[in-house]
Amino acid sequence: MTESITPDVTIDSRGATCPGPLMDLIGKVKKVDPGTVVELMTTDTSSSHDVPEWVAKAGHETLDVVEHEDEGYWSVFIETTK
Amino acid sequence: MTKRIVIVGGGTGGTVLTNRLTDDLAAEIDAGDVEVTLVNDTPEQTYKPAFLYVAFGKKTLAEAHRPLTDLVDTRRVDLVVDRVSGIDTENKHLTLDAADRGLDYDYLVLATGANLVPDEVPGLKEGGHHFYGPNGAERLRDALADFTEGHLVLSVIGVPHMCPAAPVEFVLMADAWFRERGLRDDVDITYTYPIQRAHGIQSIADWATDLFEERDINLETFFNAEEIDPDAKVVETMEGTELDYDLLVGIPPHAGSDLVTDAGLGDDGWVAVDKHTLEAANAEDVYAIGDVADLPTSKAGSVAHYAAGTVADRLASRVRGLVPTATYDGKTICFIESGMDEATFVEFAYGDEPAVREPSKLLHWSKLAYNESYWLTARGLI
Repeated sequence: MTESITPDVTIDSRGATCPGPLMDLIGKVKKVDPGTVVELMTTDTSSSHDVPEWVAKAGHETLDVVEHEDEGYWSVFIETTK
Repeated sequence: MTKRIVIVGGGTGGTVLTNRLTDDLAAEIDAGDVEVTLVNDTPEQTYKPAFLYVAFGKKTLAEAHRPLTDLVDTRRVDLVVDRVSGIDTENKHLTLDAADRGLDYDYLVLATGANLVPDEVPGLKEGGHHFYGPNGAERLRDALADFTEGHLVLSVIGVPHMCPAAPVEFVLMADAWFRERGLRDDVDITYTYPIQRAHGIQSIADWATDLFEERDINLETFFNAEEIDPDAKVVETMEGTELDYDLLVGIPPHAGSDLVTDAGLGDDGWVAVDKHTLEAANAEDVYAIGDVADLPTSKAGSVAHYAAGTVADRLASRVRGLVPTATYDGKTICFIESGMDEATFVEFAYGDEPAVREPSKLLHWSKLAYNESYWLTARGLI
């Protein structure tokens, strides 16, 4: 399924520690239109679950969280709803 | 051939670096082999941590400023008071705003700090106060002095921001300050933070959360102010919640420098750098220190101070034709006020989780003593 997600916007937060990746995402979500698919790339373990928690709280939708084991990072795909 | 080192920005990082270089390279400078130039857009340096105390009437703005001519060795550095309006890293040239000349460099260090961008949040300028600038600190001082009852809200709106512990300090100081004045029963205090805990650093978040509970300070997390209604006195968030306030202290969003973005040195005005060497990722012979550097640690004065030492060592090696070996390990130190007469202290490097010490009066007085002696740091002496 994940292979079919094509993000409109990609945020590369690899190398940043918490709260960097989530704040990068929040900053981007503020600026994009509803219905935008955003990919957040993060090497921070906690972000892979903290980010979906915020996305749910803010009323957006997490589409998928994909671990790229060989490269050591996660891709969190979300879609904005407002 | 003379090597020209140009430093842009006369804050903590810029002056510490200037002084380290003029000390370390004194012989080379005197022989004409090295020139050091410091460019700053004002003739003064401002010590921003003083603003927290200005808000509570414990310091004045006059104590937060010193002329740069008092802080650097003007016999060995060319001090240029002007604004840099363009950086050409291909031709190693800076354009200056007012002067009818530019500056060529062999090595460039950017230490331009961070800027407040409150306009990113509609209503924040009209409806909120802050203590991140001189005028804001004085306005907040007056508002706090008149505030005898109601809901005081401190909302961390922009992350990253300067002095990451200062918002926590502010509410803990406000709690003690209102208690001392017999007003605490009539003042509710709320602290909000954008992520799922009270601070970006887990151990500080845990420590602050316990103290907030003990001191009856409300904590709201996952709270990202989207708009302020100054008439209704309401904060509206991205998460769809609303919070009423009587006095709002909003830590404004921060941005780096347009110069950086325009020069292709990094996104959002922060310079992309190697976190150990402080060398710019996108240009040769360019370094960044202090708040403008995109580093995975706090935007704190101590970071600028220690990073300046690393860059001074690396530059001294380079102009002498040696291999630079000094690196920055992310060392950060921070005193954190936990009331009006006690404080704690944290020290950490990249990847460390700092231990938060038991607050004490001794650490509080140590912080005040450091504030008084800060100008010796700027002069490169401590």
